Parts: sequence; structure tokens; C-alpha cells
Amino acid sequence: MADKRFDEATQTETVGHEWDGIEELNTPLPRWWLWTFYACIVFAIGYTVAYPAWPGISSATQGVLGWTSRGQLAKEMDEAAAARARTVASLADMPIEELPQHPELMRAAVAGGSAAFKVNCVQCHGAGAAGSKGYPNLNDDDWLWGGDLQTIETTLIYGIRQPGEEMTRQSMMPNFGSDGLLDAGQIRDVAGYVLSLSGKEKTSAATQRGAQVFADNCAVCHGENAKGNRDLGAPNLSDAIWLDGGSKAEVEAQIHHPHHGVMPAWGERLDPVTIKMLAAYVHSLGGGEEFAAPVADAAPEGEDIAEEAAETRE
Amino acid sequence: MNKPEPITPSAEAPVSLYAKHEPVFNRRIDGKFRRIKWAIMAACLAIYWVTPWLRWDRGPYAPDQAVLIDLEHRRFYMFGIEIWPQEFYFVAGLLIMAGIGLFLVTSAVGRAWCGYACPQTVWTDLFQHVDRLIDGDRNARFRLYKAPWGPAKIARRVFKWAIYLAISFATGGAWIFYFADAPTLHQEFWSGTAAPVAYGTVLVLTLTTFALGGFMREQVCIYMCPWPRIQTAMLDEKSLIVTYKEWRGEKRGSLKKAQKNPGEYGDCIDCNQCVAVCPTGIDIREGPQIGCITCALCIDACDRVMAETGRPRGLIDYATLEDAENEKKGHPPTRHAKLIWRPRTLVYFAVWAGIGLGLLFMLGTRVHTDVSVAKDRNPPYILMSDGSVRNGYTLRLHNMQNRPRDMVLGIEGLPGAVMWTEDMAREAASRTLTRTVAPDATQVVRVYVVAPEDTRDQDFAFTLEAQGEERESDTAKAQFDAPGDE
Ligand code: SF4
Ligand code: SF4
Repeated sequence: MADKRFDEATQTETVGHEWDGIEELNTPLPRWWLWTFYACIVFAIGYTVAYPAWPGISSATQGVLGWTSRGQLAKEMDEAAAARARTVASLADMPIEELPQHPELMRAAVAGGSAAFKVNCVQCHGAGAAGSKGYPNLNDDDWLWGGDLQTIETTLIYGIRQPGEEMTRQSMMPNFGSDGLLDAGQIRDVAGYVLSLSGKEKTSAATQRGAQVFADNCAVCHGENAKGNRDLGAPNLSDAIWLDGGSKAEVEAQIHHPHHGVMPAWGERLDPVTIKMLAAYVHSLGGGEEFAAPVADAAPEGEDIAEEAAETRE
Repeated sequence: MNKPEPITPSAEAPVSLYAKHEPVFNRRIDGKFRRIKWAIMAACLAIYWVTPWLRWDRGPYAPDQAVLIDLEHRRFYMFGIEIWPQEFYFVAGLLIMAGIGLFLVTSAVGRAWCGYACPQTVWTDLFQHVDRLIDGDRNARFRLYKAPWGPAKIARRVFKWAIYLAISFATGGAWIFYFADAPTLHQEFWSGTAAPVAYGTVLVLTLTTFALGGFMREQVCIYMCPWPRIQTAMLDEKSLIVTYKEWRGEKRGSLKKAQKNPGEYGDCIDCNQCVAVCPTGIDIREGPQIGCITCALCIDACDRVMAETGRPRGLIDYATLEDAENEKKGHPPTRHAKLIWRPRTLVYFAVWAGIGLGLLFMLGTRVHTDVSVAKDRNPPYILMSDGSVRNGYTLRLHNMQNRPRDMVLGIEGLPGAVMWTEDMAREAASRTLTRTVAPDATQVVRVYVVAPEDTRDQDFAFTLEAQGEERESDTAKAQFDAPGDE
């Protein structure tokens, strides 16, 4: 660079650019800035030595500290598990029907169940547990096998019609149509009859004929007045809830060749505490039965309230 | 376009655009404004130190510290007032008042906040006083500054910095007492059992006080602080500021010169006392400037000189630029009160007072009962086996008083509907539920509302009424979803 140019006022060398008469001065960086910069470089080198950094052909350098992201995750998971250990231990020891007497534990169980539900159950029952055709809605108060905490827990553990599971809930409705047990007219009549029980169809000669068909073929499982039988998982046909659809065609289809849902036996896959939490969560969705009266009615002492206050403050 | 002529380095020393910081060695001065400053400093520090130790009985359920910022529980206590996070507009309102208050003060009396009340000024002043105590007054300190480093100088410096640190610790560190029960924290702090965040805060505040007050001083006021930029923009020729009356002082000359040539020189004897006492090291005779924090110490200094030379005081004085002009023309000075009350300051005052009254009104009329609703969206409604329709809601019941209260939750509208919660049997459902909400707490309640079969989509409301003498209540609107006509 032959012609170094210097700014007149400051005698500083310029970098040689010029825009509309404005020139940039080649002012050296302040020393503190440079030293910070060098320190950063030294730090960065040390960092890549200490931690996994340099990519190789099949893997990267391991770093002298032996840190791995998996290791850190495992550590955090262990810590989280340790933090929950007390609750989990109490839940493991407690029979589920006693849960309602321990509101704190119940709350923890419902919260844990809500999380477990999102992992395991939403595929069939939906994110809001509202189910869909053929998949029960868990929010309502209609239960095929019963809706108290214990029964829900049993259903969860052994599943419904789980092949190879001895204790699973079993029931089969005969294929009345496809096996030729009833003819098409009888099926139409009896479908009309059950729909009339919940006011969806008017009583008529056809429904009266259907009542006879019902008494002869269906009352065994669904009961004289069609209120269902929880021992057999036979649905209540007189209420407003229809698992497989409540139109006449849908009811006829179900009589002709019934659809049978299968729920896995979660006892094989989930630990007992998770199942307890799931049962508590499902029970809490608004349809839970046999709710023991809350015991919190025992007049709370001042201290308890203060404690509770500390917990619920936000 | 012509390229600028190439130039080559000349032998002259290069002109730097950067002025190296010159330390300020200000002289001790006594006078009216100095004493006002002492008084304000004492008052500010006293208020700052004493406040966290004041007690205020709030009953068994709330802390009894009069002023407490309870970050953990997100509450702010100030004597009889308790602010919840959702009432943060009070704090916002106070901040706006502080801003407008600054406008008001600035347009009336210039940077008075900077000169007297700003913590940075208070600390700078305090540390400069320590300098004078340890190292002596202006000249002694200057000599020491120039002296080469040796054991004596190092010892002196270390001693002085230790005092700086002690003061920083006692002042900056005390801030933590606003965030926890002061007596408990004090005991914990010294026994080593306080929360690590307490020690961390003390350390950070001590070191920042040490650096900003001990070493950076006026540089904070001139270069770092954004207020002066705003404040200088707020000043006009009607603001009462520290003014050197040029018409009276110029042309400057020493006493001797003035005696030799009567009539030729003004009142300023060029003794530089005004510069010597200035905590930011500026010369006010150069006119109003950003470095002047309006502390008025130069007025004290010059008034002394005027008294000694037998001239009227006020060569440097609080005056508006306009009034200084008038005085020059021979008008008598206007009374300060008259200068302060002008349309601009009155408008600021009106806005400031309006916000203050508004906040007071809200404080007086606010309720301590609050209910808020979040509706379940998934699923929006549930069909029950008897054909009725159910919706789920998550309600938050706020009891913003420091005693437990029974609260009655009710449904307004939605004919035929009843509700129950997840921890009671459905058979007990009704249109009202009573809950005991812990003091100063929020209770979260899952509520199921069930309405008869043919109910359609509609709006309704939850009501919450606190039992007890005042019967405060609140209402929250909600939506009820039902299967539509398909
Ligand atoms: S103190 Fe007063 S007299 Fe002395 S230099 Fe300053 S303005 Fe002039
Ligand atoms: S010029 Fe005067 S009023 Fe301004 S900062 Fe200096 S001493 Fe204070």
C-alpha cells in the first residue's frame, strides 16, 4: 500500500474507503476489547477440550469431563423421580378407594393421571377424554363396567377383551343378524323398541313387537327394563348415550353384527401407581361414582388454613 | 466526484476526539444549599434504612412488615395496602406519576432531582466526603493523586476503599430487607443461614454501589444516566436553574485589577471557587450545560466570595434565563414562587394530581373478592345419560384479604342448571356452593354445570359473594355450550 492516507484532524490512518466524502478511520480496537477477545478464544479452546465438540468420521471428541446430554437428561429424570418419590410411595401403599380421604394425594394423583392419559390414552379416547363412536366418552356418567375408583382401576389393569389375559373384562353380543338368529324385520322392531325407551322413537305396533323380541333375546343380558348389566358390560339401552351411534340404522347394524371394542390390559405395560393415577384422573372427569364425602369438613385449625394458604397462594 | 486530497501524517500531535476522564477534587464548602443537601441526604438514608423495620399488624395470616415486596408469593405490602399481581396497574400508575413528577420538577426547578435526591448524587456526595476526611481537602487530594505509588499511598488508598466498601455494604446491601422479614433476615444473614440469593444480592449491590459511587461518580450523571438527556429537553428559558449572571460578572478580573481600573471589570473576581466546589467539575460560568446537576454548591461558594468582597450575593443564583435577561435590563428579580407557577407546570401538576386521585379512588373502591373463569374447550360439552348437558369450568376464587372467608359461588342465568365440583357427589349438586378460601389465597375449583336436556348455547355468569359484614361480590361471564340443531 503505497499511499497510506491519514485523516487531517486526528492524524489517524484511514481504511481507504470513501463514501460521498466520508472516510472511515482505522482506529485500533481498545486494548480491553482485544484482551477480552483473546480471553474468549482461550476459553473457547478450553471449552472444546472439556466438552464433546470436534466432529470425527464416526463420532465426535468426547471431552475430558465426560459430560453427555443423555447423561444430563438421565440425571434430571432421576432428580424429578426423587422429588416425586414420597407421593409415589404413598400412592403405592394406599388402596385406591381410600384416596378420596386424602385430598392432597388425590390432587397429585389426578395431576399425574392427566399427564399419563395424554401419553397412553388419547389415541382412542381423545385429548379431552370425550371418545368417539365405538370409543367410550370418559367424561359422562354412563359406565359399561362401573364408574367407581376400584372398577375403573380394574378395567385399566386387565383391559377389555384383551386376548390372552385371563382376568380381562369379557362379553360378547351374539351376531343376531349375520348368524340368522333374528330376521331383518325382528331387528328393525327391536331397534325401534330400544330407541323408544329413551324417547327417540314413538311407541307403535312395531315397537310393541320389538318389546317381545327384546324380552326373548336381549333381556338376558340387558335386563328386563333394558337398564343394562355392569357385570356383563351390557350397555344401558334406556339412556341417552349410545356408544356405537344412536340412529336407527346404527342400532340395527349393532344388532345385526355387533362391534366389540378392545382395550389393552394396561397392567402389563404401566406400573401400578400410574394406573392408580389414571383411574383417579378418569374418575375426576365428572362422571366418577361413589364419591366418598370429603373429610375436609372437620373444622380446620387456624394453622392448617395458614398452611393451605401458603400452598395455594399464587 | 473529487476524492479528498491525500494527506500525510504531520509532525503535530494528533487531536483525539476522546477526552480522558479528569478526576474531580471538589473543595469543602458550607452554606445554605450545602446544609439542605446534608439534610436531604440524612432524611433519604434514614427513610431507606428504617422503613423495612417498621411493623404493621396484619393478623395471623399475613406478614407484619409495613413495607414488603414479597416476590415469592407475588404480593406487595405497603402499610394498609396490599397489591396483588393483577393489581399491578397501581405500580404502573405510580411509575407514571414518578415520570410526570420528574417533568413537573424539571420544568419548574431544573435538575433538582439530580442535585438533591438522586441516590447516585447522595452516594457521590457521601464518598466525596469520605475522600475529604481521609485524604484532606482539594489540594491535598490533588497532591496525593499526583504522587507516585508507594507504601504510604497504597495504605491510604486501601484504607479509603475499605471505608467505601463498608458504606456500600451498609447502604446498597440493606436493600434486601425490603424483600423479606427484616429481623429474621438480619439474623439469618449473620448466622450464614439466609438464602443464597440474599448473599448474592448483597454482593452485587455492594459492588455496584462501590463502583458507581466510589469511582464513576459524575460520569454516571453525565454519560450513563438517561434522565439528564430527557431533563435537558424539558428545560426552557422559564425554568429555575443555577445560572451565572454573565451581565454582572463579566468581564472577570482579580480584585487587584478591579481596584486599579474601576468600572472596567464585573463582579466575578475569577477566583474559581465555583469550579472548585463543583461535584461534577464543571465551570458554570460557561452557561447551562448537561454536566450541571443543579446542586447549587457553586452558589454557596460564590455567595461567600461576594460577601468577602462586599458585593451583593447572587452572582451565581437560582434564576430563569428569562429573568436573568430582565435583571440585566434593570428590572428587579421576580419572586421564585411566581416563576414556578406557570401554565406548563400547572398542566403537569394537574395531570400528576389527576392520576394520583384516580389511584386513590381505585384503592378506596377496589374489592377483595374476585372470580375468574376458564371454560373447558375439549370437549365443549358432555351429554349425560339422562339427556342433560354438562359443561366444565375451572374457576379461580381470589380471597384478597388476610383472613379466611366463606364465599358463596352461584349461577346467574342458565335456567334449571345446577353445579357440583369434582370432589363432591353429583347428587349434592345445587345452584350455590360454599367454599372457605384461605387468607390471601386463590382457590382453584373445577366446576361441572349441568343443564336440562333442551338447553341451547347461551351466556350466563358465575357470582361469588364473600360472607361477612361487607358482602363483597364479583361476577364472571361464562359461556354454556350445548349440541346445536344438526
Ligand atoms: S466563585 Fe463567583 S467570583 Fe469566584 S470565579 Fe466563581 S463566579 Fe467568579
Ligand atoms: S455548576 Fe454549580 S450547581 Fe452545577 S453541578 Fe456544579 S456546583 Fe452544582
